[in-house]
Amino acid sequence: MAQKEYAGKMIELDDNGYFTNSDEWSKEIAAEMAKENGEELSDKHFEVLEFIRNKIKEGSSLTIRSIGKSGITDIKGFYKLFPGAPLKKATLYAGVSKPSSCV
Amino acid sequence: MKKLVILGAGTGGTIMANKMRKVLERDEWDITIIDQFKTHYYQPGFLFIPFGVYTKNDVIKPKSDFIPIGVNFIQSAIDKVDAKNNKVILQDGEVLNYDYLIISTGVKIVPEETPGLKGELWHKNVFDFYTVEGATALGEFFKTWQGGELVLNIADNPIKCPVAPLEFVMFADAFFIERGIRDKVNITFVTPLEGAFTKPRASKVLGGMLKEKNINVVPDFYLESVDNEKKVIRSYDEKEVPFDCLITIPVHMGDSMIERSGLGDDMNFVLTDKYYLNSTKFDNIFVIGDSANLPTSKAGSVVHFAAEVVYENLLCAIEGRPFTAKFDGHSNCYIETGHGKGALIDFNYDTEPLPGSFPFPGIGPFGLLKETRMNHYGKLMFRWMYWHILLKGKEMPIPSEMYMAGKEA
Repeated sequence: MAQKEYAGKMIELDDNGYFTNSDEWSKEIAAEMAKENGEELSDKHFEVLEFIRNKIKEGSSLTIRSIGKSGITDIKGFYKLFPGAPLKKATLYAGVSKPSSCV
Repeated sequence: MKKLVILGAGTGGTIMANKMRKVLERDEWDITIIDQFKTHYYQPGFLFIPFGVYTKNDVIKPKSDFIPIGVNFIQSAIDKVDAKNNKVILQDGEVLNYDYLIISTGVKIVPEETPGLKGELWHKNVFDFYTVEGATALGEFFKTWQGGELVLNIADNPIKCPVAPLEFVMFADAFFIERGIRDKVNITFVTPLEGAFTKPRASKVLGGMLKEKNINVVPDFYLESVDNEKKVIRSYDEKEVPFDCLITIPVHMGDSMIERSGLGDDMNFVLTDKYYLNSTKFDNIFVIGDSANLPTSKAGSVVHFAAEVVYENLLCAIEGRPFTAKFDGHSNCYIETGHGKGALIDFNYDTEPLPGSFPFPGIGPFGLLKETRMNHYGKLMFRWMYWHILLKGKEMPIPSEMYMAGKEA
């Protein structure tokens, strides 16, 4: 367990640096997290983050494929928005726990 | 007459038919099981076919052999479930009413989801081993193969039996050593995950085993397409891995019937309560096995442990009592590591696989998260137990709930 300050608010993080309480999330916090990695979040990014937050709230499983089917972007586009490991990065910025779809 | 209908006569459906027929009175309850296919496959055996250990005949038996007397078996494809009206509609339009429904339609590979995967090299240089056809074709190919780039790729998760791809590459290492051409075969394991396995401690141990066996790992690779001409697989961020022989674990999806019935998520897995194992949408529908969207492995051991929970909770529902059984996501997998040895992992929703001994603390005879000869025998013995004990819903010598005794936390 660790705490870190984002946008003037102390946030509880788990061992992997993911939010333990996703209600503490805000757009400003996401923007600051991205800034740490030298990234700027656009409206498209936020659309994806909102989609992820809604999916998790519903209790649905989350995969790269489901984001590709979201209508917001296709999988290639998702990779361009969050280069490297997009699902890991996007869930981190979305303030939800690390994806557990892989079991 | 009250009616229980079971969709799918694979591992889960067959176990439930056997268990429920024993407990539900025959003059009160009609039980029907529906499946489009005649043949029951022992799926854990598919892994052994490419290496000539098993043949097709070792892994197939007629489904009807395992369906108890007093259960109607209908061989037909299913159009959909009309859950609001408690009806199942078969492909030819026949309608079956039910009081309770068990969905056990499993999961299947969908190579068509990936461009080029089912291209001209399919079953020539590109093979799956999740179907008996793929495993058999690969066995033929290996008989005369002289070596080259052997690449195993997992297209996406979840997949059936997440350890099977690891077993495959370790088995391949041993197989080509015995054939005397290991120096001509370069083995590469390409995965969308960040390491060899999904859970951290097991990933470390299994990753170490791969390294020892000189198997390369390419992590964070999410398959976009297969280029048949250049013989490479390509990821969404445009990484390429060349192959001479590609072993693919294609995208897995639930049955399209789930989609037509409006009961699933976007991968056609049934939305299921992870503790009580009923549909989150309809109280009189229970779900067992790979078709559920549970955050645990899609594997026979999970089905076996879940069967106890579905059995108890279905009886609770029938008798109008609150649910008394709660599933913990228990999974237990033998992992073949080649050369007559195997490893074993045991875990659930909350506890990752840990080292130790199983099922008796400190004694075993099976070792957790380590390679032993005994673990390999456990796996071989299991085929007999599968046909004779497990499918018939008889008691297995392992409790359904996971326990910590014998594990090194």
